[in-house]
Amino acid sequence: MNELLERLYQTESRPVLATLIRLLGDFDLAEEALHEAFAAALKQWPQSGVPDNPRAWLVSAGRFKAIDQIRRRAKFDAHLNELATQLTIEAEQAGDEEPPDIEDDQLRLIFTCCHPSLGTEAQLALTLREVCGLTTEEIARAFLTKPSTLAQRIVRAKNKIRDAGIPYEVPEARELPERLHAVLQVVYLLFNESYSASSGDTLIRTDLSREAIRLGRLLCQLLTANEARGLLALMMLHDARRAARTDDAGDLIRLEDQDRSLWHHEQIREGVALVQDALASGPAGPYCLQAAIAAVHAEAPSVAETDWGEIVGLYDLLFERMPNAVVALNRAAAIAMRDGPEAGLSQIESLLAQGNLANYHLAHAARADLYRRLGRVEDARQAYRTALALTEQGPEQRFLERQLEALTE
Amino acid sequence: MKYLALVYQSEKAMNAMGQQAWDALNQECMACGADLTGSGHMLMGQALQSVETATTVRVRDGKVTTTDGPFAETKEQLAGFYLLDARDLNEAIQLASKIPPARLGCVEIRPVRELVEEGNALYGSEEEDTSQPAK
Repeated sequence: MNELLERLYQTESRPVLATLIRLLGDFDLAEEALHEAFAAALKQWPQSGVPDNPRAWLVSAGRFKAIDQIRRRAKFDAHLNELATQLTIEAEQAGDEEPPDIEDDQLRLIFTCCHPSLGTEAQLALTLREVCGLTTEEIARAFLTKPSTLAQRIVRAKNKIRDAGIPYEVPEARELPERLHAVLQVVYLLFNESYSASSGDTLIRTDLSREAIRLGRLLCQLLTANEARGLLALMMLHDARRAARTDDAGDLIRLEDQDRSLWHHEQIREGVALVQDALASGPAGPYCLQAAIAAVHAEAPSVAETDWGEIVGLYDLLFERMPNAVVALNRAAAIAMRDGPEAGLSQIESLLAQGNLANYHLAHAARADLYRRLGRVEDARQAYRTALALTEQGPEQRFLERQLEALTE
Repeated sequence: MKYLALVYQSEKAMNAMGQQAWDALNQECMACGADLTGSGHMLMGQALQSVETATTVRVRDGKVTTTDGPFAETKEQLAGFYLLDARDLNEAIQLASKIPPARLGCVEIRPVRELVEEGNALYGSEEEDTSQPAK
């Protein structure tokens, strides 16, 4: 029974929590109710057997336990009497209603945790704790933060939700695209946090990317949105290359030097199918286009055999939707692969001349690489040095130092 | 995870309470303890007598010495403790926020450190902290 409940906690605790928050109108109360519902199950199920619909049982048990709890506290705080009465009436009426729409509740929870009026750090922390079920200590470890700092962030975010009256709802159709964009951004940030080469516990970072992909899957189950599918595909395709991205010492390996047999090809097939599906069913947004670019890379047997024309075309479309300098830089690198280093270099130089990328180390690293390919060793050395001075990430620095050393050999 | 919730409250303010208010607070604490025990969150806990009753023990060169107190000049004194079992720090905060003196004084939450035979984590963070944990 303990094992069964442990398993049920894994799969049911988040959906049940999402519904209890709606029914009780309070995060903390719902969390207590969730705990009590599982405690009641542990006590009752060995005798009564497992109910036909454990989820509905847990929701109902949690709801009534919360009402008991409020009544007990009302002895000391008369204001709570009214709340208890109101919740009881609602709970009794609910007996005849349709079963609660659990999927909508999960979406409500996601949209509330990613509400734009919460700061990014709060959005990430809340989503990981409430939607994914990670503990405060686990999240703190993943973000290299003190648990007490992270705990305060969560307490403040919940206070803000309560005080600012952030609604617990799925936004209306009119608002949906913008709000969904905020949700996808949180998921993508989470994934990038795990994927970036910054320091931290590798194992826990892999967990973070698993959570991001799990969230991406959940979103795709809960709503039909091309960009949600695009994001899931993008994360899966990047994640599929993880094993080949770094060597045993944790140093970065360039795409052209990666051992492609280490890529997770089954995951690549799934990601490619997803992005094809998304592209076929409507206009492609930025996540779909980035996923499509990742798919072209993932399906190519080598850098030389990559369809660079296709990649440049996709970057053109992406630049139309996201006209920023980083997209332009990536496009320039693809042009260098399609038309030769000379063509790419002139693009990058004009981008740098515009000033936006002057402090972006990857722009100087890309320029250095093209100089190197053109045999302009002194220019390459200068550009690598500039890039080195602009990055603080250990693996990136070591990578650039290796490139610089290789030049002098 | 286990967390120790240390309850601090002004003894002066407690002494100044009338009998009725004092009894009411104690009833509230009993109800809180019963709630936390009932939900499986409280492993143990106890209220403490006044710091006036405190004795401090030290052993130096094998010799036991005792002193009265400490009577540090702080506004709030240790009044009781709860050993809590919570899923994480945020749940522990939530539980601690229900301890009635949290409204009057404060509750300090400390994660329990499990002792192991070898490889114990250094006290504090990267640097070894040799100072007394101050309150």
